Amino acid sequence: MKLREIAYARSGDKGANANIGLIAYDAQGYQQLLKIVTAERVKDYFSSLGVTQVTRYELPNLWALNFVLENVLEGGGSLSLRLDNQGKVLGQALLEMEVM
Amino acid sequence: MLKIGNAQAFWGDSPTAPSELVSQCPDLDFLTLDYLAEVSMSILAIQRAKNPAEGFARDFLEVVKSLIPYWQQGHRVRVVANAGGLNPIACAEACRSILSVLPGMKIGVIDGDDVLTHFPDQQLATANVYLGARPIAQALDQGAQIVITGRTADPSLTVGPCLHHYKWSDTDWERLAGATIAGHLIECGTQVTGGFSTNWLDWPDHSNIGFPIAEVAEDGSCVITKPPGTGGVVNTQTVKEQLLYEIGDPSRYLSPDVTVSFLGLHVEEIGPDRVRVSGAIGSPPPTTYKVSATYSDGFRAEAFLTLIGRDLKRKALLCAERVWERVRRAGFELEQKHLECLGMGDAVPGVLPVGQGDFQEIVMRLAVADSREAAVKAFAKEIAPMITSGPQGITGYTSGRPTIRPIYGFRALTLPRSEVTPRVKILEVS
Repeated sequence: MKLREIAYARSGDKGANANIGLIAYDAQGYQQLLKIVTAERVKDYFSSLGVTQVTRYELPNLWALNFVLENVLEGGGSLSLRLDNQGKVLGQALLEMEVM
Repeated sequence: MLKIGNAQAFWGDSPTAPSELVSQCPDLDFLTLDYLAEVSMSILAIQRAKNPAEGFARDFLEVVKSLIPYWQQGHRVRVVANAGGLNPIACAEACRSILSVLPGMKIGVIDGDDVLTHFPDQQLATANVYLGARPIAQALDQGAQIVITGRTADPSLTVGPCLHHYKWSDTDWERLAGATIAGHLIECGTQVTGGFSTNWLDWPDHSNIGFPIAEVAEDGSCVITKPPGTGGVVNTQTVKEQLLYEIGDPSRYLSPDVTVSFLGLHVEEIGPDRVRVSGAIGSPPPTTYKVSATYSDGFRAEAFLTLIGRDLKRKALLCAERVWERVRRAGFELEQKHLECLGMGDAVPGVLPVGQGDFQEIVMRLAVADSREAAVKAFAKEIAPMITSGPQGITGYTSGRPTIRPIYGFRALTLPRSEVTPRVKILEVS
């Protein structure tokens, strides 16, 4: 199963860091996200981008997790030479994670 | 209940959106317009250096012109925009001169955000604090129909009208938190009405996505909606996606007006394209202002070429190596150079297995950065020759030589609130 079957997402930049909001479609999905999508797992998933630390915040009231990915944007904003220098596509990429 | 719309999420957003939103919503109270991204100030600094009367978002003047007929017909909408950039006074003067058909109209101008002189040792191009909502409310209290600010926190463009209308105090944390959430939700325009959404394909009428309206109640809670007859959608999904956009710790969302916790938020669909958001928890803001600073950081160019065929990774690597070598022979070892094979997963390099078949089609993207403009120029000259010296299956040169752009870095600094004095001035159209 892919993550996109139980959740949707949005990502963006904060300087050299990016955040990904990951939101479950229902309460049961949120319980699965809590178990499956750990900060460590997200860090591994994006390791090729040079991410140095991932912090996971829980928002049970919204069935949502917020991941802050440090130094994932190679300096970020105008300094990064990457096409996606603002982390706009990271959410879409995370939803392709195989979770079962 | 106060109806506050947003019809400009960034400098370059749809220029007709403001007048469209006003025509679609005859009882709109306030229209907020956001022009300033993190490095916009550095672009404005270049413009102001060439001409002291520049340094603001000139597109805003067209927006003001487009609203004149509505004001002449008696529409009450008041405008709050950070279009002033580095030169709010010049922006307001320019507005005043195009509003001569509406004598007596008042324009509020807010400055005092420019704090470049506080950081003499950092070789900065610009440094501006993110001001809060109170100066906006003061300008509105004095009758301003248009309020022009320089750097102001995006949600404060929405909180300001609420402070003015409901006469909240600066320590009414729960209400300020609620209005800040409303501002955060509409500040990116159509990102809350179906744009940029995971399930974008499922929403209706993509060419006509409506800009958002926050109906803010006296208790600070809000209903997010959009004008009837427009495309896109407002539902719990689009609202939750935008709530989580560009945030850090959701228990401490910082603005100059209030610190907000999202952890009590309740998001509820109460009708078609109507989502109520309540339960924001507020506490005092930081004792410092956030400063948005930019500094000059050399030059950059990028080039795109399309390749079809087999062995494209090898071909792209050789093409790139050819360009780097030619630039070397012109006398420059480029400080930063970057190759991407778009269509092979390089938008998120190394994360997803994409485009692994034998026959492929990719866009090869070469990007370089260097402190020497001449080095970047040498790169720009070596793209077109690939048409005759590159592999078979290469195309897409028609856009000409890559543009060489000066680059500005962004630095986040802080400054004690006591060192900053926001100023409010009112100009009257004669």
